[in-house]
Amino acid sequence: MYDYPDSTGHFGPYGGIYMAETLIPAVEELRVQYLRYQNDPDFKAEFAYELKHYVGRPSPIYHAKNWSDKLGGAQIYLKREDLNHTGAHKINNAIGQALLARRMGKKRVIAETGAGMHGVATATVAARYGMECVVYMGAEDVQRQAPNVYRMKLLGAKVVPVESGSRTLKDACNEAIRDWVTNVESTFYIFGTAAGPHPYPMMVRDFQCVIGNEAKVQMPEMIGRQPDAVIACVGGGSNAIGLFHPYIEEESVQIIGVEAGGHGIKSGSHAAPLTSNSKVGVLHGNKVYLMQDEDGQIIETHSISAGLDYPGVGPEHCWLKDIGRAQYVAIDDEEAMKAFHDLCRFEGIIPALESSHALAHAAKIAPSMGRDKVLLVNLSGRGDKDINTVARLSGISL
Amino acid sequence: MSRIKTVFDRLSSQNRRALIPFFTAGDPSLALTVPLMHAVTEAGADVIELGVPFSDPMADGPVIQRASERALKNHMTLKGVLEMVAEFRKKNAITPVVLMGYGNPIEAMGWEAFAKRCEEVGVDGALTVDFPPEESHDAFLHLQRHGIDPIFLLAPTTDEARIEKVAKLARGYVYYVSLKGVTGSGNLDLSDVERKIPELRRHIKLPIGVGFGIRDAKTAQAIAKLCDGVVVGSRIVQEIEASNEQNVVRNVSALISELRQAIDQS
Repeated sequence: MYDYPDSTGHFGPYGGIYMAETLIPAVEELRVQYLRYQNDPDFKAEFAYELKHYVGRPSPIYHAKNWSDKLGGAQIYLKREDLNHTGAHKINNAIGQALLARRMGKKRVIAETGAGMHGVATATVAARYGMECVVYMGAEDVQRQAPNVYRMKLLGAKVVPVESGSRTLKDACNEAIRDWVTNVESTFYIFGTAAGPHPYPMMVRDFQCVIGNEAKVQMPEMIGRQPDAVIACVGGGSNAIGLFHPYIEEESVQIIGVEAGGHGIKSGSHAAPLTSNSKVGVLHGNKVYLMQDEDGQIIETHSISAGLDYPGVGPEHCWLKDIGRAQYVAIDDEEAMKAFHDLCRFEGIIPALESSHALAHAAKIAPSMGRDKVLLVNLSGRGDKDINTVARLSGISL
Repeated sequence: MSRIKTVFDRLSSQNRRALIPFFTAGDPSLALTVPLMHAVTEAGADVIELGVPFSDPMADGPVIQRASERALKNHMTLKGVLEMVAEFRKKNAITPVVLMGYGNPIEAMGWEAFAKRCEEVGVDGALTVDFPPEESHDAFLHLQRHGIDPIFLLAPTTDEARIEKVAKLARGYVYYVSLKGVTGSGNLDLSDVERKIPELRRHIKLPIGVGFGIRDAKTAQAIAKLCDGVVVGSRIVQEIEASNEQNVVRNVSALISELRQAIDQS
């Protein structure tokens, strides 16, 4: 039976608690509290209530029939996480962690964000539960995701642009960790992806598993069986692990994670540590496949999508790759852009650029598959936040 | 006997405290690191904590972050740092050198290769900020095999059970982080340190160094009364940042002399 992580937070050789001593007691306390509340009936009931009445779950599954017909092969179904309140899967995890923070008596929450969706989700739950909220965001991302920055401010959060390093998601993580080490007793760090020190990879996965658990019920209702493959984009990998994890023991279902190929794997300018066979390393509290130079310095990544622009990946994806249960591929910027436009035009859905990577891979493999085959793609977020980026790439100024 | 133990034994017999400066290798330039090492030793430093730059220094404040960035811009590598220690050892066989940084550059080199090279060039200890005891089994084995002391951090948040755990693994000295925060923060509370040190002493038989947030001679003096060694990092790196290539060695020496005097008067 697949049962990870182990009691010390490892998925095979991956994961762990690689943090400075000051924060070790904090992650240990978090582990103890999470294990305490994870199966607590009141906690579970409140989480379920919030997901239903505040987020609007369950999110539907939609058959993208027009697009599937155009592609002429496998049928593509979309898990509509874009229809959640705040427009992405990130809210599932933010609510779970905020409910835990409240039980732990923390009045202040912090978060890192790349595309801004996790920042918006955190700002939202902070407003909902009356908590102070500070969001760290790379200065480069503040530029390219301006609408989300304003959304966070409207929700009462303070957004801190991070000017160090590559001024993207990894630098926002560094700065959030620095805040946490300084304010460890008052502050709960709502981490946005299924990575970081134990228990985050496990806890974030558990909160996101609502995606896959719903899909496992919905697919048989719609088509009488489970899909042939489940596909999701992978940056840190929280939307992907939320869909994948409930399917791990469904051996007939292929699992495909899609990384950001940027300008192409060969160019070196990408954010695809799994596909590019990066070396294993340690960053942000966990041991994972990590984009780095020969000397172990983290290298700058590139992706058209801010949410995937990260040099590492969650430890469970590393393990799923090693044991061969999941397959990881990369989609480059151009392919993602094409899928973005196709979904807009053929289905009337504006997808997030992150999710467009998963869509593009589905579009790539669908034509060579039979029409009776079914691909379930996680449409992890909506693309309203990306319209400035897309317009700029199309030479249009809004 | 190890260089670290020799130094602390000697200081203890003289009822003195160790002065432990930290600065980042390769900052302000590759050529100035070894001269700075000799200069701080001559000005009264007992142990040198030499920073290995890392692209993502999560436990460091802005001052040491900038030092890391400058060093990496100068193409400082872990291999290069080890060569610098070899160069330093040509003229200095007694001052302990502890490499301090983050684990990933060592992971990339491999712990065995790293530990072996440390032994060859005369590194005495290694402190990896983001490798707590729970994740240090491999590191510990390889460092021990080559006689390199693993230096562990203890923090205001560390409880008694963890202090015991660290006591079993630590060698050389332990480094008590005197505040909740990143390096160079300004919120050091002396009375907190005063309360914590006796708790540490109950389990830790090694010398205890204290650092983070020691920004002037007065604080260094007050801290020296409580422990066995005073670590000063950001203040020195700030001096390096504010100097030019001509006066940096002189300015850092002057600062070390001032700290030395203050500590010896404690």
